[in-house]
Amino acid sequence: MSQRDQQNPARPLSPHLQIWRWGPHMLVSILHRATGDGMALVGLPLLVWWLAAAASGPEAYATFQSVMGSPLGLLVLVGISWAFFQHMTSGLRHFVLDIGAGYELDTNRAWSVAAPVIGVLLTAAFWAVVLLK
Amino acid sequence: MGNGTPIGRVRGLGTAHEGAHHWMLQRFTAIGNLVLMTYLVVSFALLGDYGHGTVVKWLAGPLAATAIILLVISVFWHARLGLQVVIEDYIVDAGTKFALIAALNLAIIGGGAFAIFSVAKLAFGGQA
Repeated sequence: MSQRDQQNPARPLSPHLQIWRWGPHMLVSILHRATGDGMALVGLPLLVWWLAAAASGPEAYATFQSVMGSPLGLLVLVGISWAFFQHMTSGLRHFVLDIGAGYELDTNRAWSVAAPVIGVLLTAAFWAVVLLK
Repeated sequence: MGNGTPIGRVRGLGTAHEGAHHWMLQRFTAIGNLVLMTYLVVSFALLGDYGHGTVVKWLAGPLAATAIILLVISVFWHARLGLQVVIEDYIVDAGTKFALIAALNLAIIGGGAFAIFSVAKLAFGGQA
């Protein structure tokens, strides 16, 4: 149990979105958490459903395919794939920061902008391969 | 070693070597996710179609079955560590926090076991 268990409940908790001025570093940080939560809460149940449907037989799998192949299902899949590539690029940024590099203001800002851009490009490339092959 | 404040009692004893345990596990599973998700994404790109026959044939192969089972372990573990931190960040009440983390553990272990069993069933030659 951490110290927070004993702390005054009136103390503010982190992070306080409404009091900071938005910037790319903050955006990439909150995107990392949001996409991670999205994948954990939506992506993992879909992964389990997909694997369980495959193991349960053609009928169960057809149900999965018809739901996820619908416009809404495809939108969710595109969203999950974007969340993955976004989380991956901002996660790689975290690996660089973890070894103590990339804290110079210009460098940090550049990669904070680059991570979401690369994430969107990878998502587009992935779906281009899936749909056009 | 003092006997007064909490910091005084532990000062001079050296590191416990486990203070960063959670943080390190998050990184180790992240590396696992990176490798195994690359395998999954490349497999998706290479699969001819996503119908039952194709997917089951692919998933039942030894390499894919091993990779996907390891992926489930790495990803579910990583998700558990991440969601735990979110709960710790935003939930103040100790009882609610305990209940949510307990529910998280049940969901992660239950969902992960179901996914792993599904792959194993295909790999070991189920009827599907």
